[in-house]
Amino acid sequence: MASIRIISEKCYGCGICLGACPFGAIRIIDKKAVIQDNCTLCGACVSSCKFNAIEMTKDEAGTAGDISAYRGVWVFAEQKEGKVANVVTELLGEGRKLADQLGEKLSAVLLGDGMEAAAQELISYGADNVYLVDHPSLQRFNDESYADIFTQLISRYKPEIVLMGATTYGRSLGPRVASRLNTGLTADCTQLEIDTERRLLLQTRPAFGGNLMATIICPDHRPQMSTVRPKVMKALDPDPSRVGEIIRPDVDIPLDTRVKVLETVTTLCEKVNLTEADIIVSGGRGLGDPGNFALVEELAQILGGAVGASRAVVDAGWVDYSHQVGQTGKTVGPKVYFACGISGAVQHLAGMSSSDTIIAINKDPDAPIFKVATFGITGDVVEVLKALISEFKKRLK
Amino acid sequence: MNIVVCVKQVPATTEVKMDKETNTIIREGVEAIINPYDMYAVEEGIRIKERLGGKVTVLSMGIPSVAELLKTTIGLGADDAVLLSDRAFAGADTLATSYALSMGIGKIGNVDLVICGKQATDGDTAQVGPSLAEKLGWPHTTYVRKIEEIGEDFIRCQRMTEDGYEVVEMPLPAVITVVKEINEPRLPSLKNMMRAKKAVVNVWTADDIGADKNLCGLKGSPTQVVRTFVPVHDISSEMITGDAGEQARKLADKLLTMQFPVGGC
Repeated sequence: MASIRIISEKCYGCGICLGACPFGAIRIIDKKAVIQDNCTLCGACVSSCKFNAIEMTKDEAGTAGDISAYRGVWVFAEQKEGKVANVVTELLGEGRKLADQLGEKLSAVLLGDGMEAAAQELISYGADNVYLVDHPSLQRFNDESYADIFTQLISRYKPEIVLMGATTYGRSLGPRVASRLNTGLTADCTQLEIDTERRLLLQTRPAFGGNLMATIICPDHRPQMSTVRPKVMKALDPDPSRVGEIIRPDVDIPLDTRVKVLETVTTLCEKVNLTEADIIVSGGRGLGDPGNFALVEELAQILGGAVGASRAVVDAGWVDYSHQVGQTGKTVGPKVYFACGISGAVQHLAGMSSSDTIIAINKDPDAPIFKVATFGITGDVVEVLKALISEFKKRLK
Repeated sequence: MNIVVCVKQVPATTEVKMDKETNTIIREGVEAIINPYDMYAVEEGIRIKERLGGKVTVLSMGIPSVAELLKTTIGLGADDAVLLSDRAFAGADTLATSYALSMGIGKIGNVDLVICGKQATDGDTAQVGPSLAEKLGWPHTTYVRKIEEIGEDFIRCQRMTEDGYEVVEMPLPAVITVVKEINEPRLPSLKNMMRAKKAVVNVWTADDIGADKNLCGLKGSPTQVVRTFVPVHDISSEMITGDAGEQARKLADKLLTMQFPVGGC
């Protein structure tokens, strides 16, 4: 079995490993580091030790099959009502880079009904080919039939990397498929790189609400699967002159699925879909009064943005939970994020700190939100919001 | 209705405090709690039991000390608690965790519904629920915000999506993962707290659940963490001064000279 141990002769009891351990599983006892029972064998301490006093051994992996047969990079092209999700073009942009580094093809996998034109568009965004499964039963996302078909395709064509959006659907389909294939899946990645020597995908993702980053590999199993956070990767400019092949593979389409999607209800206007919005104006308790939240909504409307909120005001009932940004709500990454009267609790920061430009408006100059802000404004939130509304009304005419 | 709720022990805060000099994590005095999302799962399980009758078993995988924590769920109204604890489980990624949990659920037997929180606050992966469903061979629905109806052999629920929700129906047995909107967890009752005090948590090893050790823990985990680091926010903050009017004007100047993606709804 895998094990970790402190080489007692080399350990000086300096305690650096205590800080490196994300699980608090190391103690210093009699001036030596001792690994406790709650160690998860993550190995974070090994590299932290300046004296090479921590040794970790891992057993040879089980029978993982021949991984060299797996080639190419795939992107799952999630669609809703025939419209391909924005994250897909971002994944194609990133996937293009990875495929070029590996010297392999980039393919998109598109399941839906009447999606030929959309498939062509995926090629213009960088795909070399598109595996298109077009069938009336696939019009809506269904965990069961989608997982079934996607697994069939992966087993047949053997891609080495599979990228999916870290969306509601992607984060449900991904683990289902990875579990069936008994391969690794890394959730909500914000950075992908290739270790060209070993042909490994280095997947970096936030954990502990964004307070710790971890780089994860999947060395012995294929495909290497990642869900990728929307709005982090950059899409290429579409090039309609790009040529690629649309492949219509022959697959078994499960028609009598146990999971039945009876109804799809859209409650937010498309422009204000938080996870896809370019601009978000969020309000927090610093607004003082629920009535003042209307100012947040007004500024959002003028800018054509979405309305976000901190947990505090959602819990207080000022605005619906679907607007909540943060660890217990939605993770967003707009081009511009306004935090109005939000102090910036770590849980909130976890949901929005990857925004391109952050504007913090708060009366307390020491509020943690200013630490992540591109532009900070200290002052009365209500006054500043009113001024911003009238300024933008004037300027955007 | 025989319900299993899966819970995970996590640190009470995700606030990873850093020692600025050594750039390492300060871990002193961080209390362990049950993952907050899992508390909504426990509550929902108890509510279903109260409506339909049956039993709620809380299931976790972790170090022996997690057993004490599981007792708190009995204080809330769960009937039984099971802890999978074995060195063979250490270092499990989401795949190996799902496998072990599925074997635990197999041993509990005759389970109709498994409820998980949408994700845990330490790993934030949200993968164990769907992965577990696959290992069990059962259908699943994630991000459930409301159970519209549940009967002997089916469940109809609302799954939260980016722009609304969808109504999904599945036959039982099935797995759901729940978001915090689904309910407001109760406080423990005095009667249940007394029961929790006396409760004995079943601790099962890999052998007890008949698990293949090659599929457990680090050995059964395709993914490996190769590096952890604390993100550096190298943000050059700029404070905008003046009265509200000036501040608004200066900010608009700055934003409008950037390629400001203004649109209308």
